[in-house]
Amino acid sequence: MEMGFKWDFAYEILPQMLLATLNTIIAAGVGYAIALVVGLFFLLGQRTPYKIINVINREIVEFIRSTPLLIQLFFVYFVLPQFGIKLSAWLCGMITIGLHFGTYLSEVYRGALEGVSKTQWEACRALNFSTVYTYRRIVLPQAFPIAIPGMGNYLVGIFKDTPLLSTIGVAELFHAATAVGGYNYRYLEPYTMVGVIFLILSVPAAMWVRKLERRVNVAQGKIKQ
Amino acid sequence: MSYFAFLAEHGTTLLLGTVTTIKVLVCSIILYVIISMIFGLMRLSKNPIVQGTATVYIEFFRGTSLLVQLFWAYYVLPFFGISLEAFTAGVAALGLNFGAYGAEIVRGGILAVPKGQWEAAHALNFSPTKRIKRIIIPQIFPIILPPAANLTVELLKATALVALVTVVDLTFEAKQINSITWLSAQCFGTALLIYYFMARFALVPFLRWLEVLAAKKVGRGKA
Repeated sequence: MEMGFKWDFAYEILPQMLLATLNTIIAAGVGYAIALVVGLFFLLGQRTPYKIINVINREIVEFIRSTPLLIQLFFVYFVLPQFGIKLSAWLCGMITIGLHFGTYLSEVYRGALEGVSKTQWEACRALNFSTVYTYRRIVLPQAFPIAIPGMGNYLVGIFKDTPLLSTIGVAELFHAATAVGGYNYRYLEPYTMVGVIFLILSVPAAMWVRKLERRVNVAQGKIKQ
Repeated sequence: MSYFAFLAEHGTTLLLGTVTTIKVLVCSIILYVIISMIFGLMRLSKNPIVQGTATVYIEFFRGTSLLVQLFWAYYVLPFFGISLEAFTAGVAALGLNFGAYGAEIVRGGILAVPKGQWEAAHALNFSPTKRIKRIIIPQIFPIILPPAANLTVELLKATALVALVTVVDLTFEAKQINSITWLSAQCFGTALLIYYFMARFALVPFLRWLEVLAAKKVGRGKA
């Protein structure tokens, strides 16, 4: 086994890795889009006036949130075919990520809605606005900025969890690195490059989210500029 | 094959895996708590080198994926002549990764202690070490425990990843049984339930108890 980082080998596999990075970004984007929508449904389940739906919704969210994403992936990937539902690894991965992070996003939405002060609702009531109108014109415009940092955090979170998809055979960055490493019997360069690519993409994203968070806090008057 | 027959045949294997999962969890909790304390304090240091080291460490481990770090520790370190056992590599990667998140929580907790406490300790001529150790640290626990509890539940879930570097934990056993019997619903379903019960009925109540205890210690909780 040759010691040290081999730059020419790293250069040789670079195009392959960059191509796989594209897949990772697509996976994160699609997973995130699904999670955003799923989060809305869980939020709806939480806010319906029917107690029984609230309870069932809460238990489902609790269950998904306290079990590992990895086993959820395996469960969806291996169990659905036994019930005659044959989905590709990509689809399984996207669905699972969407469900898993949807539960987290529903919490973000909930926090944002609760962040809008009660007096806003009372004022709308006094002005005889309908519920739909109140949501659309008064509450949501105020809740959305509060939700943005949390939503951004989970985008970065999903991005960093995409390597798990490689375990069910989705051809994203980490999968490509493992394949290249296995083929050449050298894991040093591929795995290091994966780490560097993740750093390059996620550190600026995280910094941007933190900046947004600060701006929202300033706008809310929580901290001074 | 009924579910009970499945449990009778493979239940012990899954339980043995669960024991390993608990071992990984306990070891990495100890490691991550120590790391977050150290780096949380370093982040607040006035010395730019100390503070810079902590910032680089935190950004690095939060910026790269846990799975990548895990594989790096297990498959790449041997290229540098360091061969870790799977268990050690797993615990190290988990501890270092979650330590980075924990350090930010500790930093936030220390900053949240009212300024007057620092000033009072200063006025009483406490040494800097005594100030931190006797005045500030005891007060940060009620502040940091709720977010730290969330992080610890995340850690329990993350321990599943060590199965991918051949640690024989619950996930590994479930995968193994699946590949022998193809009873996927049973083995992954059982594994999911075990993780759920561990989180919901053991870890979370314990952490809530700690939160109440910490609040009581500083005289904030209900006596």
